[in-house]
Amino acid sequence: MRQHRLALCSEHFLAWVPQQVQRAIERYHMFTPDERVLVAVSGGKDSLSLWDILLRLGYQVEGIYINLGIPDSGYSDISQQKVEQFAAQRNAPFRVVNVKAEYGESIPEVARRKRGRNVCGTCGLVKRHIMNQAACEGDFAALATGHNLDDEVAVLFQNALHWATGYLGRQAPVLPASHPKLARKVKPLIRLYEREMAAYALVRGIDYIYEECPYSRGATTLFYKQLFDQLEQASPGAKQQFYLSFLQARTEGRLLLPEADTVKMGECKRCGQPTTAPELCVFCRLWDAEDITE
Amino acid sequence: MKIVYRDKVWELPGNTTVRDAIKKIGLNPESVLAMRDGKLLTDDVLIRPEDIIKLIAVVSGG
Repeated sequence: MRQHRLALCSEHFLAWVPQQVQRAIERYHMFTPDERVLVAVSGGKDSLSLWDILLRLGYQVEGIYINLGIPDSGYSDISQQKVEQFAAQRNAPFRVVNVKAEYGESIPEVARRKRGRNVCGTCGLVKRHIMNQAACEGDFAALATGHNLDDEVAVLFQNALHWATGYLGRQAPVLPASHPKLARKVKPLIRLYEREMAAYALVRGIDYIYEECPYSRGATTLFYKQLFDQLEQASPGAKQQFYLSFLQARTEGRLLLPEADTVKMGECKRCGQPTTAPELCVFCRLWDAEDITE
Repeated sequence: MKIVYRDKVWELPGNTTVRDAIKKIGLNPESVLAMRDGKLLTDDVLIRPEDIIKLIAVVSGG
């Protein structure tokens, strides 16, 4: 690992990665050992590795898997099977939310009907709503996702390209619960390179879904990741430097970001989740019969 | 030695490090991991002429 000027054998690598996660949990005050944490798992290397690491570190975790109903290449079936296998091997508690069974349509179906071809946007909206609802109703102290350093760097880069100051103000390892019905969101893998996470999963023998989501082909973030891989090859540590320096600059007030307007949020008349809409939240409106393209 | 990645196969003379071999075939070492006989190799490992190396893409999922 050139970025750390460190070379480890597999035994020590398997100890080093959880140490890095523990450090991040403490440094950013993500959660404590006596708090219950809901981990969002997709069957991919990051989320399954995160789940494995949190279990090894002795935290009280429960997994949540959302079946999106993506049939291409058996993507949803296979990813659910990876999650179930993982959990069975470790006797780890988890729950499954099947979007089509719960709400009547799969992500591709509802995206096609209501949102033109915006599958990825629809997927993000649905997942965030479901995860948040599960975290709040299950009384979890925090909701953890498997976002790694490469993910954050790609998003930071995208936000910087557009100078999206709103997003730049909010991108962080921890998003505190800003409303009684919004869960605290944490990213314990934030300091780890995607390559380190892939290596962890392989060395640990975690069986994950290897294929990319069929809808992710040509996604901009994947392109940015390629660009950053090139930068990292030429300049080891570049990804880390970019992200951590950003966090530091913001904390120290060296970034001129406008004050965030406090948005007034009400509660959805149907599901009770926070929303800025007057009646139904955007999630509940998705399932209504009208075929309006948003 | 053979290097396999996705559906492509490369033939190279042996005795290069993992990192150099990956660069030689035009890939970025940051984007892949190398396996031999089901075990992960570190960048500095010397590949032997008789080895078959399987490369795995680091980014997955989307």
